[in-house]
Order: sequence, then structure tokens, then C-alpha cells
Amino acid sequence: MFFAHHIILWFLSFSAKTEPISSQPFLNAAAGVGGVAAAILKSGFNSGNGSTKVCMGRRNSSSNPSPRIPSHHSSSSSSCSGQLLSFSSLFLFFYIFFANSKPFQILAPRIGYLPLLAPLIKPYFSSTLPPGVDTIWFDCNGLPLKWYIPTGVLFDLLCPEPERPWNITVHFRGYPGNVLIPCEGEDSVKWSFINSLKEAAYIMNGNCKNVMNMSQSDQLELWHSVMNGNLEAYQRVSSKLKLATVDDEYASLCLQKSQQSVIETDLPAQAKTGRVPVRLYVLSVSKDFDDLDEIPRVDSWEKISYINRPVEIRKEDKCFTLHDALKILLPELFLDESLMNVKLGGVDLEDAVRNSNEDVTSVKVVEDQGQNVCKQPEACRISSSAKIKLIRIQGIEPKLEIPFSWVANNLLNPDYFLHVCVCVKVAQ
Amino acid sequence: MMDVLHWDGTLSAKDFRIGAFAFAQKWESRNLAFPPWSWLPCPKHPWLAPPKEEGYLSLEKICISRPNEEEDIDQISQIDTGEEETCCSGNEDVLDDATLVQSNHHELHYCDFQIVYSSTFRVPVLYFRAYCSDGRPLPLDEIEKELPACSSKELSKKKWTFITQEEHPYLKRPWYKLHPCGTAEWMKLLFLSDNANPKFEVVLELYLLSWFSVVGQVFGLRISFKISD
Repeated sequence: MFFAHHIILWFLSFSAKTEPISSQPFLNAAAGVGGVAAAILKSGFNSGNGSTKVCMGRRNSSSNPSPRIPSHHSSSSSSCSGQLLSFSSLFLFFYIFFANSKPFQILAPRIGYLPLLAPLIKPYFSSTLPPGVDTIWFDCNGLPLKWYIPTGVLFDLLCPEPERPWNITVHFRGYPGNVLIPCEGEDSVKWSFINSLKEAAYIMNGNCKNVMNMSQSDQLELWHSVMNGNLEAYQRVSSKLKLATVDDEYASLCLQKSQQSVIETDLPAQAKTGRVPVRLYVLSVSKDFDDLDEIPRVDSWEKISYINRPVEIRKEDKCFTLHDALKILLPELFLDESLMNVKLGGVDLEDAVRNSNEDVTSVKVVEDQGQNVCKQPEACRISSSAKIKLIRIQGIEPKLEIPFSWVANNLLNPDYFLHVCVCVKVAQ
Repeated sequence: MMDVLHWDGTLSAKDFRIGAFAFAQKWESRNLAFPPWSWLPCPKHPWLAPPKEEGYLSLEKICISRPNEEEDIDQISQIDTGEEETCCSGNEDVLDDATLVQSNHHELHYCDFQIVYSSTFRVPVLYFRAYCSDGRPLPLDEIEKELPACSSKELSKKKWTFITQEEHPYLKRPWYKLHPCGTAEWMKLLFLSDNANPKFEVVLELYLLSWFSVVGQVFGLRISFKISD
């Protein structure tokens, strides 16, 4: 029996809760990216404990509806992703437990990976380590943590009520090879990252040549920039990859409305596929709850569905929202009212699900006094017993009607994947 | 109908299913040395029965040990796995007493194969894991020793780009996979190389068979077929 050395990493996490916006179209938030990011950054660092409420969307002093065309429309993805990274590379404060020893406090980047912390953690406990080879791994309440999932995603998934600090346990022996794939330190994490990047490149560009053809030094620089949270270096190298980002659909729609003509998208050298790399983590609970701390702790990865599937943004006359994206990824949870009626008429439910999978129903856009507003989605339920309770991306809880293109342009991880955590209450 | 000349070498999820069944059928009729592939549904959510139309192909306990350098795998008579196995094996099955034509001074190694559809690359992907007769998993360097010489050379050249180890998308255990990023391109070449302009239905019928004839060679698995059939 080896000692389980507990290192406590304090997770200082802000949780940005969206406040209900009744009169203001949520789309204004897309325009206020800079403002939102700045607000989150400030409040995240100022608050030492407790959750931070951040309003998604600008607070106008007047009650007039905001202008349709955003004053700040960022057509260049780099400035958006710049804000993205400075926002998402916020550090999570960990409290790492290691048997009987004083807990180790550390700030870990959201966009990083746990094994990369080993060089910081090991020296702290080297005196208490028994002789032999160490293979580091972590657990949270007994659940071994998958090391290839970004740190922030693990936190969003496993801590619905954000713990501050996040208490996790580090181990140096007894690697659970039946649950976790082997990790040989930094190299394994790096290759996992590069493979994800290749996959994302394939999804966005239709091929992964740009990643495959990266020079050794570029590859190393990119990896080091991720390891160290060096935004400048990351942007410098990643921009060489020319990974096609998605059109900012809201802005295109606005321009389209005003100019009454079809907008030619500005295509980069590579063809844009319009596909967004998504990794969806679904935690299912059987009992409904009102408070996040009622969600039972995850004790097994069996309770979490992992869906690695690109989402194609459909260019239609209406805004493609986060809700639409979820409908594609989790068709089992969404059934049209009409299909529900069909079901009552005796049609096989499976057929209905299959149909809804293939012809994705779109969210109706309601013209509201000249403004382009995405309709508030119906409650997402397959019946009264299944519904989405929580969605978290980069620690924030976006509203379902947010334009998916905004999410795709601003909430990606450095591997160019959108990692989305969802909590679903299902019938049991 | 899709014009094959403009086809990009990929399959939709629906087409994969059609192609998989066609492949399993052809495999069974042509390869008497091997057991048939099983179609297993993809477990998507713990709270939902797996949808019937999403699945993957599974082939288990294929002996990959090479008795001598020259002999091909298909010369070796197959361990009889008997009834259809569920997807979560990897348990320690007692070794059947079926005969093997080879010397027994080295332990036998087996391999489970799975053909899984990748929604990212829109092509089939070969997953595999190898183990000894007592069920002990084999690491990649041990597996490498069993592969034909050209495969191991390729492996050592660009190890990480060719075979990767990752968590199986459905079985949630460590499996190895052949990286699929070039698949669409060479699949397209396969079908268009001899100036033939086949109909897409024909392409679909033969897609997985052609694909496997290429990837199977990594393991020295040879299957016989002709595109012109």
C-alpha cells in the first residue's frame, strides 16, 4: 500500500452566472465581447472567494434597445481569440491534498492539463515519497481524473457548484491502468494535444496538412506557449496554422438585413467547412434539483457521456444558436412538438428521434420591432422527465440562444476544440 | 446519386452502416479462416438504449503471433472463439485446445479489432488491442514485434503519427488506433485509380473491404478480393 499524498490545489474559480435579460436581446453580448471579457477578468481576480456574478451583455444606462449593428464588430478573429485566451487562461486555484501533509496550494491554468503540474507538485512532497518510480495521477472524490481533458473542463464537469478551492488528491503510485490511459509525463500530454489540434484542423479546414507540416520548432513553441500560458507566443504560432474560424453570424445577418444582399464570405486560402470541433461531456442525473449542490458527486466515468462530434453551422436565414448545436449533438433530448404529437399517434419514438437527427429543426427567428432576435427556446425536453439543467463552457453558463458562431469564435481551447459540459436530468 | 468523380473519399454515418454490413457479409463468405465480424450498437448515454443505427464492427481474439518470418497470418488456423462475444471481453478466457500450426516456444499473442466510424474524419477507423493468452495486455513495443517488417519500420519512423493510444470512444478503455487522417485521400485513389467510374452504390459495397485490405496489412492480415467483382 502506498501513501496517497494529497496535495491541495486551491481552485479559485469565478463562476459567471448569467442574469436574465428580458428586454435586451442577448445577441448584444456578442458585440460586447471585449467588455464581458474585461469584466470577468477584473472580477475574477478581485474576488478571493465566493462566486462572482457577471452579467452577460452590456448594461445600457438607457432602457432603449441597443442598435442592431454592433458598434464593435470584430471581423478579425485574432482579437476575439485574444480576448478569449486572456479570459480563459484564468487560473483555477487548487488545493491539492496529499495524506497528512500540509496541502499544497497552486494556481493552475484552465486551459492546461493536470500532469503538467507534476514538476511543481513533486518537489513539495519529495521528502514524503517512498523510493521508486513515480507515476503521477489525480483523483477527485475517488474518481481518477482523465489527464487528457483540460483542467478547466474537469472542473466545470465535476464541480457543478464550484468549490473554492477545488480539493483534489494527487497520487504517485498505483496508477489505475484500467481506468486511465497511460501517461508518460509531458510528452504524452503534448502528443494528445497535437492530435486534438490535428483533428480540429481536419474539421475546420478539411485536412490537417497545416498541423502536419508544422516545423519542429513551431510545434515546440506552440506547445510551450500552452504549457506556460503565454498568449502572445500562442497567437504568433497558431496564426501560422491559418485555421479557419467561423463567420460571426450575427454580424453577417445584420449586414445582410441592412444591405438586402447576399454577403460573400471572405474565404481564406483553405476552404471553410463551417464545421466546429466540439467535445461534449454530458453528466446525467436521475433526480431533479434546484440547487447545484444537490447534484450527486460523480463517482464513475460511466455516468458521463462523451460525444466527440463536429457541429456544422447551417447558414440559413436565421441565427444558428447554441441551442441548435445541442439539438444536433443530443437529438435524444429534443423533440419537436409536432413529433411529440406524432408519437402519441403511435409512431415509434426511435423513428422520431432518427428523423429529428437527420432534419435538424431550426429555431424560429421572430422579428421583433425590426430587431433580429432569436426566439427563446422551448424547454428542451423529450418528455416532462428529461431536460438540460446546466451548460458550462470555459466556466461560464451561456444562454441557449447565444449565436453558436460567437461561442465557436470565442470559447475555444488552444486545441481549437470547444469543450462543453452539460448536466442533464433524465428519467430513470 | 453521388458522382464518384467528385467524391472526397468519405462516408456519412448512414453509409458507414450500409458499408459495414456489406463488408461483414463479404468477409464471412470469403474468409473461412477467420470468424465473422459482429455489429455492436454504440452505447451513447447510460440512460438510453443505444440507437440501432449507430454501431461498430468487432472481431475478437485473432492470433497475430508469427510462427516464422515468411508465413502469412492467414495460413494459421484460427482459434475457435465459438459463440458471438459481447463487446466488453478482455477477460481471461481459457485458451481453447484448437490446434495451431507452429512451434510453441513463444507465447501466443492475440488481437481484438474494431472498426469504428469517426464523425470527425468521416471514415472508418481501426482500433485494436493485443494481449497474451492469459489476458495480460501487450504494450505497443511488444505488438510491434509481431507485425510484418515493413510495418515496424513505418512505426519506428513516425510512431506517434501512425498509431496512437487513446480511450476507446465507447468501451472507455485504452485501445490503440491507426490514425485516420489520410484515409479519405487514399480511399478515393483506390476507387478512381484505374479510370473506372463506378457507381456510388458499388463504391459503398466495397468501401470497407478495400479499406481493410490496406489497413489489415499492418498486421499481416491478407484478404482476397478484386474490385472488379
